[in-house]
Amino acid sequence: MDLTSINWFKYGSPVSFFPLAGRMARGFGIAAALLALAGLWLGLVVAPADAQQGDAYRIIFIHVPAAWMSMFIYLVMAAWCGISLTLNARLSAMMAQALAPTGALFTFIALWTGALWGRPAWGTYWAWDARMTSELILLFLYFGYLALRHAIDDPRRADRASAVLALVGAVNVPIIYFSVRWWNTLHQGASVSLTSAPKMAAIMLIGMLVMTFAAWFYSIAVALTRVRAIILEREKHAAWVGELAEAAQ
Amino acid sequence: MSLVDFFAMGGYGGYVWGAYGLTALLIAAEIVAVLARLRNARSAARTDEVAR
Repeated sequence: MDLTSINWFKYGSPVSFFPLAGRMARGFGIAAALLALAGLWLGLVVAPADAQQGDAYRIIFIHVPAAWMSMFIYLVMAAWCGISLTLNARLSAMMAQALAPTGALFTFIALWTGALWGRPAWGTYWAWDARMTSELILLFLYFGYLALRHAIDDPRRADRASAVLALVGAVNVPIIYFSVRWWNTLHQGASVSLTSAPKMAAIMLIGMLVMTFAAWFYSIAVALTRVRAIILEREKHAAWVGELAEAAQ
Repeated sequence: MSLVDFFAMGGYGGYVWGAYGLTALLIAAEIVAVLARLRNARSAARTDEVAR
Protein backbone atom coordinates (compact mmCIF):
# COMPACT_ATOMS: atom_id res chain seq x y z
CA MET A 1 0.00 0.00 0.00
CA ASP A 2 1.23 3.48 -0.85
CA LEU A 3 1.51 5.26 2.49
CA THR A 4 1.39 8.71 0.94
CA SER A 5 -2.07 8.01 -0.47
CA ILE A 6 -3.50 7.77 3.05
CA ASN A 7 -4.80 10.99 4.54
CA TRP A 8 -3.20 10.63 7.99
CA PHE A 9 -4.92 13.72 9.36
CA LYS A 10 -8.21 11.93 8.84
CA TYR A 11 -7.34 9.74 11.83
CA GLY A 12 -6.78 12.80 13.99
CA SER A 13 -10.52 13.11 14.28
CA PRO A 14 -12.25 10.82 16.79
CA VAL A 15 -15.02 9.80 14.37
CA SER A 16 -12.69 8.12 11.88
CA PHE A 17 -10.26 6.93 14.54
CA PHE A 18 -12.93 5.05 16.51
CA PRO A 19 -13.41 2.06 14.15
CA LEU A 20 -9.68 1.93 13.28
CA ALA A 21 -8.82 1.75 16.99
CA GLY A 22 -11.21 -1.18 17.39
CA ARG A 23 -9.56 -3.20 14.62
CA MET A 24 -6.06 -2.38 15.89
CA ALA A 25 -6.95 -3.28 19.48
CA ARG A 26 -8.12 -6.72 18.39
CA GLY A 27 -4.95 -7.40 16.37
CA PHE A 28 -2.57 -6.21 19.08
CA GLY A 29 -4.56 -8.06 21.75
CA ILE A 30 -4.29 -11.39 19.93
CA ALA A 31 -0.57 -10.83 19.25
CA ALA A 32 0.01 -9.96 22.94
CA ALA A 33 -1.73 -13.13 24.13
CA LEU A 34 0.31 -15.37 21.80
CA LEU A 35 3.57 -13.65 22.76
CA ALA A 36 2.75 -13.91 26.47
CA LEU A 37 2.13 -17.67 26.13
CA ALA A 38 5.45 -18.11 24.29
CA GLY A 39 7.28 -15.91 26.79
CA LEU A 40 5.85 -17.73 29.82
CA TRP A 41 6.82 -21.07 28.30
CA LEU A 42 10.36 -19.84 27.62
CA GLY A 43 10.73 -18.19 31.01
CA LEU A 44 9.15 -20.81 33.27
CA VAL A 45 9.87 -24.07 31.41
CA VAL A 46 12.67 -23.76 28.85
CA ALA A 47 15.12 -21.42 30.60
CA PRO A 48 17.30 -23.24 33.16
CA ALA A 49 17.59 -22.18 36.81
CA ASP A 50 20.22 -19.54 37.52
CA ALA A 51 23.52 -20.75 38.96
CA GLN A 52 23.44 -18.25 41.83
CA GLN A 53 19.79 -17.36 42.31
CA GLY A 54 18.12 -20.68 41.52
CA ASP A 55 14.53 -20.26 40.30
CA ALA A 56 13.97 -16.92 42.07
CA TYR A 57 15.47 -15.08 39.09
CA ARG A 58 12.45 -16.12 36.95
CA ILE A 59 10.69 -13.03 38.32
CA ILE A 60 12.87 -11.14 35.79
CA PHE A 61 10.50 -12.17 32.97
CA ILE A 62 7.79 -9.92 34.42
CA HIS A 63 9.86 -7.44 36.41
CA VAL A 64 12.02 -6.04 33.62
CA PRO A 65 9.28 -5.81 30.94
CA ALA A 66 6.94 -4.16 33.48
CA ALA A 67 9.61 -1.67 34.55
CA TRP A 68 10.46 -0.81 30.93
CA MET A 69 6.77 -0.36 30.08
CA SER A 70 6.19 1.83 33.16
CA MET A 71 8.79 4.31 31.87
CA PHE A 72 8.00 3.96 28.16
CA ILE A 73 4.25 4.48 28.65
CA TYR A 74 4.99 7.60 30.70
CA LEU A 75 7.12 9.05 27.90
CA VAL A 76 4.45 8.27 25.29
CA MET A 77 1.80 9.77 27.56
CA ALA A 78 3.90 12.92 28.05
CA ALA A 79 4.42 13.16 24.28
CA TRP A 80 0.65 13.01 23.67
CA CYS A 81 0.25 15.67 26.38
CA GLY A 82 2.78 17.88 24.59
CA ILE A 83 0.92 17.48 21.30
CA SER A 84 -2.42 18.18 22.95
CA LEU A 85 -1.06 21.39 24.52
CA THR A 86 0.64 22.75 21.41
CA LEU A 87 -1.90 21.71 18.77
CA ASN A 88 -4.92 21.79 21.07
CA ALA A 89 -5.84 18.36 19.69
CA ARG A 90 -8.42 16.62 21.82
CA LEU A 91 -7.74 13.10 20.53
CA SER A 92 -4.12 13.45 21.72
CA ALA A 93 -5.34 14.34 25.20
CA MET A 94 -7.67 11.34 25.11
CA MET A 95 -4.72 9.07 24.20
CA ALA A 96 -2.78 10.35 27.20
CA GLN A 97 -5.84 9.81 29.39
CA ALA A 98 -6.17 6.24 28.07
CA LEU A 99 -2.51 5.37 28.71
CA ALA A 100 -2.26 6.55 32.33
CA PRO A 101 -4.08 3.66 34.10
CA THR A 102 -2.04 1.03 32.20
CA GLY A 103 1.18 2.90 32.97
CA ALA A 104 0.27 3.00 36.65
CA LEU A 105 -0.53 -0.73 36.53
CA PHE A 106 2.88 -1.63 35.08
CA THR A 107 4.60 0.65 37.60
CA PHE A 108 2.85 -1.16 40.44
CA ILE A 109 3.73 -4.57 38.91
CA ALA A 110 7.39 -3.51 38.61
CA LEU A 111 7.44 -2.50 42.29
CA TRP A 112 5.57 -5.59 43.47
CA THR A 113 7.67 -8.10 41.53
CA GLY A 114 10.80 -6.18 42.53
CA ALA A 115 9.90 -6.56 46.20
CA LEU A 116 9.30 -10.30 45.80
CA TRP A 117 12.60 -10.66 43.99
CA GLY A 118 14.51 -8.39 46.37
CA ARG A 119 13.69 -10.53 49.39
CA PRO A 120 15.42 -13.75 48.15
CA ALA A 121 18.14 -11.86 46.22
CA TRP A 122 19.09 -9.11 48.68
CA GLY A 123 17.32 -10.11 51.88
CA THR A 124 14.88 -7.20 51.85
CA TYR A 125 11.54 -6.40 50.19
CA TRP A 126 12.24 -2.71 50.03
CA ALA A 127 15.05 -0.20 50.39
CA TRP A 128 15.02 3.55 49.84
CA ASP A 129 17.57 3.29 47.09
CA ALA A 130 17.58 5.64 44.08
CA ARG A 131 16.09 3.20 41.56
CA MET A 132 13.22 2.03 43.79
CA THR A 133 12.43 5.47 45.20
CA SER A 134 12.28 7.11 41.75
CA GLU A 135 10.07 4.25 40.46
CA LEU A 136 7.75 4.82 43.44
CA ILE A 137 7.65 8.52 42.52
CA LEU A 138 6.63 7.44 39.01
CA LEU A 139 3.65 5.60 40.50
CA PHE A 140 2.67 8.77 42.39
CA LEU A 141 3.02 10.82 39.18
CA TYR A 142 0.55 8.50 37.43
CA PHE A 143 -1.80 8.75 40.43
CA GLY A 144 -1.39 12.53 40.50
CA TYR A 145 -2.18 12.77 36.78
CA LEU A 146 -5.32 10.65 37.19
CA ALA A 147 -6.42 12.46 40.38
CA LEU A 148 -5.98 15.88 38.78
CA ARG A 149 -8.04 14.81 35.74
CA HIS A 150 -10.69 13.47 38.07
CA ALA A 151 -10.83 16.68 40.10
CA ILE A 152 -11.59 18.96 37.13
CA ASP A 153 -15.08 18.73 35.66
CA ASP A 154 -14.44 20.42 32.32
CA PRO A 155 -12.55 17.82 30.20
CA ARG A 156 -10.70 20.44 28.12
CA ARG A 157 -9.43 22.20 31.26
CA ALA A 158 -8.53 18.79 32.74
CA ASP A 159 -6.57 18.05 29.53
CA ARG A 160 -4.47 21.18 29.89
CA ALA A 161 -3.80 20.97 33.63
CA SER A 162 -2.93 17.27 33.59
CA ALA A 163 -0.74 17.71 30.49
CA VAL A 164 1.39 20.27 32.34
CA LEU A 165 1.73 17.87 35.28
CA ALA A 166 2.68 14.96 33.00
CA LEU A 167 5.28 17.03 31.15
CA VAL A 168 6.91 18.34 34.33
CA GLY A 169 6.95 14.79 35.76
CA ALA A 170 8.71 13.44 32.67
CA VAL A 171 12.01 14.60 34.18
CA ASN A 172 11.69 11.64 36.57
CA VAL A 173 11.99 9.04 33.77
CA PRO A 174 15.68 9.64 32.94
CA ILE A 175 16.32 9.80 36.70
CA ILE A 176 14.88 6.27 37.05
CA TYR A 177 16.78 5.00 34.03
CA PHE A 178 20.19 6.40 34.97
CA SER A 179 19.78 6.10 38.76
CA VAL A 180 21.84 2.91 38.87
CA ARG A 181 24.72 4.78 37.23
CA TRP A 182 24.43 8.11 38.99
CA TRP A 183 24.15 6.69 42.48
CA ASN A 184 25.69 3.70 44.17
CA THR A 185 22.48 1.79 44.70
CA LEU A 186 21.34 -1.57 46.00
CA HIS A 187 19.60 -2.15 42.67
CA GLN A 188 21.91 -3.70 40.09
CA GLY A 189 23.00 -1.93 36.91
CA ALA A 190 21.53 -2.62 33.49
CA SER A 191 21.84 -6.21 32.25
CA VAL A 192 20.78 -5.22 28.76
CA SER A 193 21.86 -2.11 26.88
CA LEU A 194 22.18 -1.00 23.30
CA THR A 195 25.89 -0.31 23.58
CA SER A 196 27.25 -3.57 25.01
CA ALA A 197 26.62 -7.31 24.82
CA PRO A 198 23.87 -8.46 27.22
CA LYS A 199 25.16 -9.85 30.51
CA MET A 200 22.81 -12.82 30.54
CA ALA A 201 22.26 -16.17 28.82
CA ALA A 202 20.69 -16.03 25.36
CA ILE A 203 17.57 -18.01 26.27
CA MET A 204 16.88 -15.73 29.25
CA LEU A 205 17.33 -12.66 27.09
CA ILE A 206 15.00 -14.02 24.40
CA GLY A 207 12.34 -14.88 26.98
CA MET A 208 12.60 -11.39 28.46
CA LEU A 209 12.32 -9.72 25.05
CA VAL A 210 9.30 -11.85 24.08
CA MET A 211 7.60 -10.85 27.35
CA THR A 212 8.50 -7.22 26.65
CA PHE A 213 6.77 -7.33 23.27
CA ALA A 214 3.78 -9.03 24.90
CA ALA A 215 3.57 -6.22 27.46
CA TRP A 216 4.00 -3.60 24.74
CA PHE A 217 1.27 -5.00 22.47
CA TYR A 218 -0.99 -5.53 25.49
CA SER A 219 -0.56 -1.87 26.44
CA ILE A 220 -1.45 -0.78 22.90
CA ALA A 221 -4.54 -3.01 22.83
CA VAL A 222 -5.81 -1.89 26.24
CA ALA A 223 -5.08 1.81 25.64
CA LEU A 224 -6.87 1.72 22.28
CA THR A 225 -9.89 0.01 23.83
CA ARG A 226 -9.92 2.54 26.66
CA VAL A 227 -9.60 5.48 24.27
CA ARG A 228 -12.67 4.22 22.39
CA ALA A 229 -14.63 4.30 25.65
CA ILE A 230 -13.26 7.78 26.39
CA ILE A 231 -14.27 9.00 22.91
CA LEU A 232 -17.85 7.82 23.50
CA GLU A 233 -17.92 9.30 27.02
CA ARG A 234 -16.55 12.69 26.02
CA GLU A 235 -18.25 13.16 22.65
CA LYS A 236 -21.58 11.66 23.63
CA HIS A 237 -23.53 14.75 22.60
CA ALA A 238 -22.23 14.59 19.04
CA ALA A 239 -24.59 12.95 16.56
CA TRP A 240 -21.98 10.55 15.17
CA VAL A 241 -21.41 8.95 18.56
CA GLY A 242 -24.93 7.58 18.66
CA GLU A 243 -24.50 6.21 15.16
CA LEU A 244 -21.22 4.52 16.12
CA ALA A 245 -22.78 3.01 19.20
CA GLU A 246 -25.59 1.66 17.06
CA ALA A 247 -23.18 -0.02 14.65
CA ALA A 248 -22.50 -3.68 15.30
CA GLN A 249 -19.35 -4.94 17.12
CA MET B 1 10.85 -32.46 36.12
CA SER B 2 7.65 -33.20 38.01
CA LEU B 3 4.74 -30.86 38.43
CA VAL B 4 5.48 -30.66 42.16
CA ASP B 5 9.03 -29.50 41.40
CA PHE B 6 7.66 -26.97 38.93
CA PHE B 7 5.38 -25.38 41.51
CA ALA B 8 8.05 -25.53 44.22
CA MET B 9 10.41 -23.41 42.05
CA GLY B 10 13.41 -24.73 43.97
CA GLY B 11 12.03 -23.39 47.24
CA TYR B 12 11.24 -19.94 45.82
CA GLY B 13 7.63 -20.83 44.89
CA GLY B 14 6.11 -18.21 47.18
CA TYR B 15 8.13 -15.39 45.61
CA VAL B 16 7.86 -16.53 42.00
CA TRP B 17 4.14 -17.39 42.07
CA GLY B 18 3.39 -14.35 44.20
CA ALA B 19 4.91 -12.21 41.45
CA TYR B 20 3.30 -14.06 38.52
CA GLY B 21 -0.04 -14.59 40.30
CA LEU B 22 -0.78 -10.99 41.25
CA THR B 23 0.41 -9.78 37.84
CA ALA B 24 -1.98 -12.20 36.08
CA LEU B 25 -4.81 -11.13 38.39
CA LEU B 26 -4.24 -7.41 37.80
CA ILE B 27 -3.96 -7.83 34.01
CA ALA B 28 -7.18 -9.87 33.97
CA ALA B 29 -8.89 -7.22 36.11
CA GLU B 30 -7.79 -4.44 33.77
CA ILE B 31 -9.11 -6.30 30.72
CA VAL B 32 -12.48 -6.88 32.40
CA ALA B 33 -12.67 -3.26 33.57
CA VAL B 34 -11.77 -1.71 30.22
CA LEU B 35 -14.24 -3.90 28.30
CA ALA B 36 -16.98 -3.05 30.81
CA ARG B 37 -16.17 0.66 30.44
CA LEU B 38 -16.49 0.43 26.65
CA ARG B 39 -19.76 -1.49 26.96
CA ASN B 40 -21.20 1.11 29.37
CA ALA B 41 -20.06 3.99 27.17
CA ARG B 42 -21.74 2.34 24.19
CA SER B 43 -25.06 1.86 25.92
CA ALA B 44 -24.95 5.41 27.32
CA ALA B 45 -24.31 6.79 23.83
CA ARG B 46 -27.14 4.67 22.46
CA THR B 47 -29.55 6.01 25.11
CA ASP B 48 -28.46 9.52 24.17
CA GLU B 49 -29.19 8.78 20.50
CA VAL B 50 -32.70 7.51 21.32
CA ALA B 51 -33.36 10.62 23.45
CA ARG B 52 -32.43 12.76 20.49
